[in-house]
Amino acid sequence: MIPELGQFALILALILALAQGTLPLVGAARGAQSWMNLARPAAQGQFVFIAIAFGCLTYSFVTNDFSVLYVASNSNSGLPLQYRIAGVWGGHEGSLLLWVLMLSLWTMAVSVFSSHLPDDIIARVLGVLGLISVGFLSFMLFTSNPFDRLLPAAMDGRDLNPLLQDFGMVIHPPMLYMGYVGFSVAFAFAIAALLSGRLDATWARWSRPWTTLAWAFLTLGIALGSWWAYYELGWGGWWFWDPVENASFMPWLMGTALIHSLAVTEKRGSFKSWTVLLAIFAFALSLLGTFLVRSGVLTSVHAFATDPKRGVFILAFLVIVIGGSLALFAWRAHRVGLGGRFEVVSRESFLLTNNVLLVVAAGSVLLGTLYPLFIDALGLGKLSVGPPYFETVFVPLMAPALFLMGVGPMARWKQASLPEIAVRLKWAFAVSVAGALLLPLTMGKWTPLASFGLLLALWIVASSITTLLSRLKQTSGISVGAKLRAQSRSYYGMLLAHVGVAVFVVGVTMVKSYEAEKDVKLAVGESVELGGYIFRFDALNDVKGPNYVAARGTFTVTHGASSLGMMYPEKRIYNVQKNAMTEAAINTGFTRDLYVSLGEPVGATDNKAWVVRVQVKPFVDWIWGGCVLMAMGGLLAVLDRRYRVAARTRAETVPAINATGGAATAG
Amino acid sequence: MKPRHRRIALIVAGVAGLAVAAALVLSAFQQNLVFFFTPTQVAANEAPQGRAFRVGGMVEAGSVKRQPDGVTVHFNVTDTAKTIQVAYKGVLPDLFREGKGVVTQGRLENGMFVASEVLAKHDENYMPPEAADAMKKAQATNQKAVSTVVNAPSPSSAGNR
Repeated sequence: MIPELGQFALILALILALAQGTLPLVGAARGAQSWMNLARPAAQGQFVFIAIAFGCLTYSFVTNDFSVLYVASNSNSGLPLQYRIAGVWGGHEGSLLLWVLMLSLWTMAVSVFSSHLPDDIIARVLGVLGLISVGFLSFMLFTSNPFDRLLPAAMDGRDLNPLLQDFGMVIHPPMLYMGYVGFSVAFAFAIAALLSGRLDATWARWSRPWTTLAWAFLTLGIALGSWWAYYELGWGGWWFWDPVENASFMPWLMGTALIHSLAVTEKRGSFKSWTVLLAIFAFALSLLGTFLVRSGVLTSVHAFATDPKRGVFILAFLVIVIGGSLALFAWRAHRVGLGGRFEVVSRESFLLTNNVLLVVAAGSVLLGTLYPLFIDALGLGKLSVGPPYFETVFVPLMAPALFLMGVGPMARWKQASLPEIAVRLKWAFAVSVAGALLLPLTMGKWTPLASFGLLLALWIVASSITTLLSRLKQTSGISVGAKLRAQSRSYYGMLLAHVGVAVFVVGVTMVKSYEAEKDVKLAVGESVELGGYIFRFDALNDVKGPNYVAARGTFTVTHGASSLGMMYPEKRIYNVQKNAMTEAAINTGFTRDLYVSLGEPVGATDNKAWVVRVQVKPFVDWIWGGCVLMAMGGLLAVLDRRYRVAARTRAETVPAINATGGAATAG
Repeated sequence: MKPRHRRIALIVAGVAGLAVAAALVLSAFQQNLVFFFTPTQVAANEAPQGRAFRVGGMVEAGSVKRQPDGVTVHFNVTDTAKTIQVAYKGVLPDLFREGKGVVTQGRLENGMFVASEVLAKHDENYMPPEAADAMKKAQATNQKAVSTVVNAPSPSSAGNR
């Protein structure tokens, strides 16, 4: 009964999405007020029905309803409650439902927090979002229905993949999807601007907080995924340049370019067409990511060819969305215009350079991700593009971008002077060079790469501080506190996000330069030394978890004379799928992580010896710490007062216009 | 005229920058392509010498042997037609098992494939597509006789992963 209810709710949501995707758009084109007014209630109704469907699926999971195929494939009666709930998005159908839920949540939010927008704009934005929703809801209903029944019902479920039975899995997909799907709002605003031919600073001010918010969620989502891979896959890697990771990283790079381009559009009215194009690309890459992950092409191009229903649907959707929006762009972009002029040396051109670098970086990831698929699809052989490619490409592309992060905020709009910037930043530069030369020595070994990475990180921090100080000097105020309070939240948001990048760069540099790893055979009682840390294998026990059994090692770690406590790595066997899984033990510190994982038992005679991998990872947590700072910077910028002030003043003036507009169309 | 000249200079600089970036990307790309070969292809000397590549197939039953140092493992990868001996130093992935599919990356050294990476995907039923493909190809060419292509020299060191 409940699953059927969910199914009906989805169908009703599709009908509402159809209404939302057509009538308001037609209304906006013809100036029909009553048609435009349909957008909001349709969007909100759609959200309610999708939420009901999502609730129904969750209920089926919680009550172990194994007559639902999707539940039977992704859950088990022995699965703890929190993972049964996370299991809702543990597979293909459910993660699509989560995608659609997020989309309707964003749409709902736009419909609620948009009272200050002109009716035709909001009708177009919600209309475009409705069309996207039509695509995904019909994809789900026609090819991947989570409510399909299994007759006869299974006795018990096949269980959730053990790798996904983890706290990281509970929150990683919702965060990531919030970001992914959030770019659809930026996309909808861009399409609305093309349709209406109006794109000005006000438009940028409307769409900017939504884009920044989506970007912040995506940052958090990617960081969570990386952190999850680090501690859950058991081998201590934090980024693999795997196609699934790249799928989320490409929209992030494009989104980062977009939020900077939007800043120029809002402040200076420039980069208009470019901003629209970036918004289209960011969303297109989100869709492409969904296609890559959800169509099965990554598992095997041939599996995709033999069961192409899902893949062809998404591919067609992809072609319609990207092709349609680019065609619209080609047709209407000239009406949007290019915007204000600027000199070669100006903040605009620094931001433009940064934009181009980010776009090229996204392009290189795209090449490395898609090329093997193309070659395989054409039957020209099998190949893979390894992490070294991405690393060699990223360092030279990102280094100038990171350098410009220090220069850009210091430069004036429209026309800046290089000598002036150089004078103002000379101390920041001196401090970062000195630090970059000396700091690696404290790690015991000086390498050019470590020094270079630290130079960039220190440069970002030092120049950010310099910019803040010079800005305070220009602010009139009695006390330093008053001056600090006078700066806007979006300014602090930018500083915080930039410092987050610096923290991230420190983490990556230190891990890449100074990480150490050893694979050894250890029997109980033996110990191994790595980077000054001594790991002693004290005991091996069998332990029983709620739905698994495990061999658990006990390690004592000492550094010099001080004891750092115990570590308990496990090798688990899950009861249902009988998969072995490595559960690493991590001792987290501010400047380093210690990482111990159990390989496998060796030697038939001496049963207690294991192959053990021990790792020392300096500053590894700074990688995710930096991402959290970036996301917090984004959130801070969204909370800026000017978005709300603008909302309030608009809300007071707009209804009057609407009333006359409505009367005119009615009359 | 002056702003126009400046604009042209800017465009030229931009295009030059993009060209440099593209050259960089493409050369890095070319150097880091890792091709996949089946054990049959390796036996026919089709695989490159001195360059990393991937080999995939099934881990031959009974072939996994741990070396005295405890961390180096030797095993055979077969596509049912030909077999190649692989040496790997380090911790094997959780799903590495005899009789299951595997893909390894490394180089040929004295007839032995010294792997720097062993990949087995995290799904019990999942055969790495390359491995499945290698076996299908071998069966299609109907080379049923299993022959060993390599004599086993003892490698002193293995990969660096």
